[in-house]
Amino acid sequence: MSAPATPPAATTASTTGRILPNRLQSPLARALRSWEALLLVVFVLVFAINSFASPYFLNAWNLSDATFNFTEKAMIAFAMAMLIIAGEIDLSVASIIALASTAMGLAMTAGAGVPVLVLVGLGTGLLCGVVNGVLVARMGLPSIVVTIGTMSLFRGISYIILGDQAFTGYPKGFGYFGQGYVWWVFSFELVLFAVLAVAFYLLLHKSTFGRAVYAIGNNATAAQFSGIRVARVRFLLFLLTGLMSGVAAVCLTSRLGSTRPSIATGMELEVVTMVVLGGISILGGSGTIPGVVLAALIMGLVTFGFGLLNVPGIVMSIFLGLLLISVIAVPRLLRRK
Amino acid sequence: MSILKSREAQLALAIAILTAGIALRFPAFVTPANLAGVFNDTSPLMILAIGQMIVILTKCIDLSVAANLALCGMVAALMNGAGVPLALIVPAVVALGAALGAVNGLLVWKVGIPSIVVTLGTMTIYRGTIFLMTAGKWVNAHQMTAEFKALPRASLLGLPVMSWVAIALILLFALVMTRTALGRAFFAVGGNPHAAVYTGIDVGRTQCAAFVLSGALAGLVGYLWVARYAVAYVDIAGGFELDVVAACVIGGISIAGGVGSVGGAVLGAIFLGVIKNALPVIGISPFWQMAISGIAILLAVAFNASQSRVKGRIILKPAEA
Amino acid sequence: MQPVLSLRGISKSFPGVKALSDVQLDLYPGEVTALIGENGAGKSTIVKVLTGVYQPDAGTITLDGQDLRFPTPDAASAAGVTAIHQETVLFDELTVAENIWLGHAPRGRFGLIDWTAMREGAKRLLDSIGARLDPDARLKDLGIASKHLVAIARALSVDARVVIMDEPTAALSHKEIHELYELVETLKAQGKAILFISHKFDEIFRIADRFTVFRDGQFVGTGKIAEVSEGKLVQMMVGRSVDQIFPARSHNVGEPVLTVAGYSHPTEFADIGFTLHRGEILGFYGLVGAGRSEVMQALFGITRPSKGACRIGGRVAVIRSTAEAVEAGIVYVPEDRGRQGAVKGLPIFQNVTLPSLGAVSRGGFLKMAEEFKLARDYTQRLDLRAAALDQDVGLLSGGNQQKVVIAKWLATKPRVIILDEPTKGIDIGSKAAVHEFMAELAAEGLSVIMVSSEIPEVLGMSDRVIVMREGRIVAEVSGAAMTPEALVRAAAGIEEAAA
Repeated sequence: MSAPATPPAATTASTTGRILPNRLQSPLARALRSWEALLLVVFVLVFAINSFASPYFLNAWNLSDATFNFTEKAMIAFAMAMLIIAGEIDLSVASIIALASTAMGLAMTAGAGVPVLVLVGLGTGLLCGVVNGVLVARMGLPSIVVTIGTMSLFRGISYIILGDQAFTGYPKGFGYFGQGYVWWVFSFELVLFAVLAVAFYLLLHKSTFGRAVYAIGNNATAAQFSGIRVARVRFLLFLLTGLMSGVAAVCLTSRLGSTRPSIATGMELEVVTMVVLGGISILGGSGTIPGVVLAALIMGLVTFGFGLLNVPGIVMSIFLGLLLISVIAVPRLLRRK
Repeated sequence: MSILKSREAQLALAIAILTAGIALRFPAFVTPANLAGVFNDTSPLMILAIGQMIVILTKCIDLSVAANLALCGMVAALMNGAGVPLALIVPAVVALGAALGAVNGLLVWKVGIPSIVVTLGTMTIYRGTIFLMTAGKWVNAHQMTAEFKALPRASLLGLPVMSWVAIALILLFALVMTRTALGRAFFAVGGNPHAAVYTGIDVGRTQCAAFVLSGALAGLVGYLWVARYAVAYVDIAGGFELDVVAACVIGGISIAGGVGSVGGAVLGAIFLGVIKNALPVIGISPFWQMAISGIAILLAVAFNASQSRVKGRIILKPAEA
Repeated sequence: MQPVLSLRGISKSFPGVKALSDVQLDLYPGEVTALIGENGAGKSTIVKVLTGVYQPDAGTITLDGQDLRFPTPDAASAAGVTAIHQETVLFDELTVAENIWLGHAPRGRFGLIDWTAMREGAKRLLDSIGARLDPDARLKDLGIASKHLVAIARALSVDARVVIMDEPTAALSHKEIHELYELVETLKAQGKAILFISHKFDEIFRIADRFTVFRDGQFVGTGKIAEVSEGKLVQMMVGRSVDQIFPARSHNVGEPVLTVAGYSHPTEFADIGFTLHRGEILGFYGLVGAGRSEVMQALFGITRPSKGACRIGGRVAVIRSTAEAVEAGIVYVPEDRGRQGAVKGLPIFQNVTLPSLGAVSRGGFLKMAEEFKLARDYTQRLDLRAAALDQDVGLLSGGNQQKVVIAKWLATKPRVIILDEPTKGIDIGSKAAVHEFMAELAAEGLSVIMVSSEIPEVLGMSDRVIVMREGRIVAEVSGAAMTPEALVRAAAGIEEAAA
């Protein structure tokens, strides 16, 4: 249902009773020129190149295995995307994983069962989110510095507890979250990723909360002057990011079967890369969940493809670094022409 | 009074109290030799914090410093292995560091990409490049010439050359930041970019210059680091960029730009250095260090905010007493 | 007399907008030329061309008979053209001396900046304009008027021959404005050519020697102030003659809606009490900085009063956030539209529904069709000029952005609407429309508080006027007592001084 476009401003006819159309261009036309469309093209290209490059690529089980290298990051990336759209950032997510994993390790040594372990992991994540949220949203401190601080603090606590030791010997049932399959090749993590993608899509794009997030990211002062509870939204976003880091901690700990204080080191930067690659403006105010989903898939495929070709992981990170800069630079350079 | 109001004085006082507190129980910590050792140990952090401070002053951030350092350090080690004289290696890695910084700066200036995205990308690219050059192999002490390893440790008037380099750079940059047009432009660009344009300052070019300086310092530290620890590999100084940013935050440099000083950055680095070196002395596991520096960052940022909080307008006249 | 600076045939386009087309401007030594035009007439664009921020697409700039180009702001300042800007573009964290000298500081040995010479030079320049400021003071510790003085000292420091003053009196008090006029006389006596941009006719007639009028990016006319009337200037500005006529109002007010008692804040205001009735327009008059906006923002939940109570429709309302204010039925159209008004980057319809998200959603999920309907209903009522409802608000003109803000609030069906300087910086044509609309709202039973610093507007629109000074209510006038003299005396505290 797209109303026909009227030429802007130029109409000098009677102004009373002039009806504004809902949209200038149809949602489809807009989608075709979007960042997400570009990502989709990249995704198809990477998929095609991989299929040509390796005979092992087009195999359901191989592809399924490949998803593990992005699912945990993507879970955090969804929440991080909303946080960045709101004009904040959380660099402590990987450290939250370390602390949540350590807390689960402690609970495990105390003899906790699987449900308690999961609750401890999620609860620790939530608690870390509360700490960030209080410091940023309630006390009004800049999030980039606060989360650089809590990044040291959270992982630092893990180091205090574990030193150079590790927790191992998680109960058998606990392995399901990182190693189990729901049906055929669909792992628990992959299914969880899909469910969360839909949930975050609804939250960001269809809910009143998501609208407030966009408003705050574009102009927090004007949002406050429009009756939006800015501090509360920011606080909830940190909570959500902490919780998702807790979810990722459960999955990652379950997959690895052990906890070291160095777990997930540097993952915060990969998560931010995924979010920015997904078209979320680092300056806040714009971006979508489908973009993040595509970015996650692209990063997963590239890692997988390089892996099949026996290219070391660090080379793959060069590629991602170049990808990150070029996907942002190229459109800017073209627009200038 | 007004001197005590300055951020640098407060921080210096905090460091003095901290050191004195340690000295009460562990007098050995404050012997001149040990303090000189702490200073020397903190030199790389101080030098990089100065560069980072300049970048942060211009409303940017350089997350690639540690990767830049590692790449330049590796290049220095490889040049040494190829028989290049030291007198050439040092200027070469400084130039390389500056060039890597210029890549960041040009992407920020000419393409207009936010600095956090640029340096997030180049940080992985620079580190990855080390791997491409070496296939992941280490350059160990026995592969380095004695001369190459000796320079930073050579003693001059009782202090190692590394310390002298830090002192010289602190003085040089204190001069640059207060007495040159470029130095003041860094403050102007971060303080009010809009106004800077009207005073004839090119915001992008100034930001680019900040990255070049930060990169050049990272290049120099790259050599010092590799020579001092006598080893070079892909992951040296991994995550060090965060220590550098932390030193700046503790030193009172505002992440919003326009506020900071060389003294603040240096004292911020020394604060972290004292904690790091004091832990083993007072018998606390070094595993505590990370959490403590996290707390220090949080306290510093909360303190910064309370100092610079915008006071409400004062409209009412104070009550006549 | 030969002009110092002459612009001829200047044109400048931006994507989709022709900001200037073939305009001309002459500035004469020792004379003040007022540049007059409505918002969007191209005044700020010509300032940016003159200061080298924008490059004109066509046209010539002639300084002392020489054709020049200003490729950078540097070049303009080197040629002796300098501007004192609307938002006083200076550096809060730097000292007064450095703000004056930044970019052309005196150099000592080895080309290093000579701070001693800088301080002394600053002192000399400040003295020459009678400003007693400490060169070492940080700019952030100074008031707006003092910042202006610093900006002027800076203009003198480059030995400017052409000084551009862009609405320099917008944020100053009466006394400060007076001092600024004297300063302009000093600059004139020194032979500077001054370009003076202002919306205020009284000050144009007071200090300008010549005028130039722009309209819609085009040159309309120029001449000597002594040979033109106010009416003629207005006609040139708007292309038609407009009398400032305010809509007729019945002044029938209903029962009390909002009662404020003893509202106090530690530093901003004290003991504020008043009653607002149904269908009433209550004017708040005072000098800039008298605390009027601060009171309104406290009522709207931006800040919290330390004492006092507020009743709406007889019930006590506790307002701790803007959300609670909206729930209580109090809404606020801010003065600072750029920062606090519409959310640029969001489309029109999302701006309109932002405070009413609950009304266009079910269980927290938005109903797109209802959103569009609500937005259409209210934007249409305000006769919003836009291409479509999903257009970015940032692409609209200032007046239309203001309409979006008002539409957003009307959609919440408020009981009290507070308008803070609703016509500030708005052209005369739109002003009348805003006044008309306010009268309409009041007639429908909405209670309106209008904060305004323009006496004709306050007198023309209000049923009653409250005057504030230094954070307190000093007078309340209505009916025949509402005279310009009464307001000015109360606002300036003249009666007390005389007594």
